[in-house]
Amino acid sequence: MTDTRQPPTDTQWPLWEVFTQREQGAPHEHAGSVHAADAEHALQNARDVYARRGEAISLWVVPSSAIVASTPGDAGPFFDPGNDKAYRHPQFYKVPRGVRGL
Amino acid sequence: MEQKPQATPEDPAKLAQFQARIDAGESIEPKDWMPERYRKQLVRMMSQHAHSEIVGMLPEGNWITRAPSLRRKMSLLAKVQDEAGHGLYIYCGTETLGVDRAELVDQLLDGRAKYSSIFNYPTLSWADIGVIGWLVDGAAIVNQTVLAKASYGPYARAMIRICKEENFHKRQGFEIVATLAAGTPAQQAMVQDAVNRWWWPSLMMFGPSDTDSPNSAELLRWKVKHKTNDELRQRFVNLTVPQAIAVNLTLPDPDLTYNAETKNWEFGEIDWAEFHEVIRGNGPCNRERLAARRAAHENGRWVREAAEAHAAKQRRRSTEAA
Repeated sequence: MTDTRQPPTDTQWPLWEVFTQREQGAPHEHAGSVHAADAEHALQNARDVYARRGEAISLWVVPSSAIVASTPGDAGPFFDPGNDKAYRHPQFYKVPRGVRGL
Repeated sequence: MEQKPQATPEDPAKLAQFQARIDAGESIEPKDWMPERYRKQLVRMMSQHAHSEIVGMLPEGNWITRAPSLRRKMSLLAKVQDEAGHGLYIYCGTETLGVDRAELVDQLLDGRAKYSSIFNYPTLSWADIGVIGWLVDGAAIVNQTVLAKASYGPYARAMIRICKEENFHKRQGFEIVATLAAGTPAQQAMVQDAVNRWWWPSLMMFGPSDTDSPNSAELLRWKVKHKTNDELRQRFVNLTVPQAIAVNLTLPDPDLTYNAETKNWEFGEIDWAEFHEVIRGNGPCNRERLAARRAAHENGRWVREAAEAHAAKQRRRSTEAA
């Protein structure tokens, strides 16, 4: 994500990432970003921009500069430890014919 | 972003890999490798699109205080607020490409940036508000429905959100049009006049003809676009003509005829000289629109400063308390 620089005089305010929860029990999902002077202001802007039609029952805002992301270039080796372990999936295991509910 | 603009040509292996991802229908995300030219084209297209949403508030805002009923006023207020939101969705998408919104806003205010030529036409009567919702938002939806499949993830996601919301815009516009078209002779004349003035500029919204569109081939190859300007324009005409017929309005084109074989409504020649004049800054309202944006930006300065000062004070207090 773009780093949040110290704003100049005519400020556009720092950048915040917005996460919305659509309904009870659903996960918070990334919706987009807003500029805001502080956290409370970021929440209000996020509500006005990403929840004008009841799209959210809960909002998270996070300073964009606080987000650490994996790098696409290293995605292969980075996720490799999870990719070569077929025995983590149920399909890896043989079940005798006729046995149900497994 | 880490990627620096490259003076040297792109690495052919990376380019091929990138094109293969596009051809496989994968979506490109902000931190993925992308050709510098892809990034540039997207910044150009997305910022123009965002500016259009923002400037698009002006012709309609002009009628908020004069809406003929409370119902109409509430709808129009909500619609104009949506346009501001749409501008922000797309600015936010553009920022993922490593440009600051402030930079883009500066480009708009000092006249370097382009926005849709349609918003440089005046809204002379209340009927214009109906016709804008019907034709201008209608044309935008045709465009944006395809852009919702654009290869750049943040752009496509913004478009999906926008398309959902714009259906309300189009329907509220058509409701105004249909009401006036079924009204008194004076109301009918007013709405017909608005259609006469907005029809051709709406067709121009799809941009230059395919034979004269410098960016199209590249954007199609990169699947930023999936359909050409002329294909989208034809689709819009085909959708709109039956709607006009349904409410007894005529479209100001004597050449408009249905081709039973192609199932297309064929239309007359667009006045491209007018299109280029408006793009060049010589439309009826270009100067007025920019002046209004500059005034809005200046008049909002104290709000930006006050919010900054408040945030600074809160930060100071919380460090003192700690």
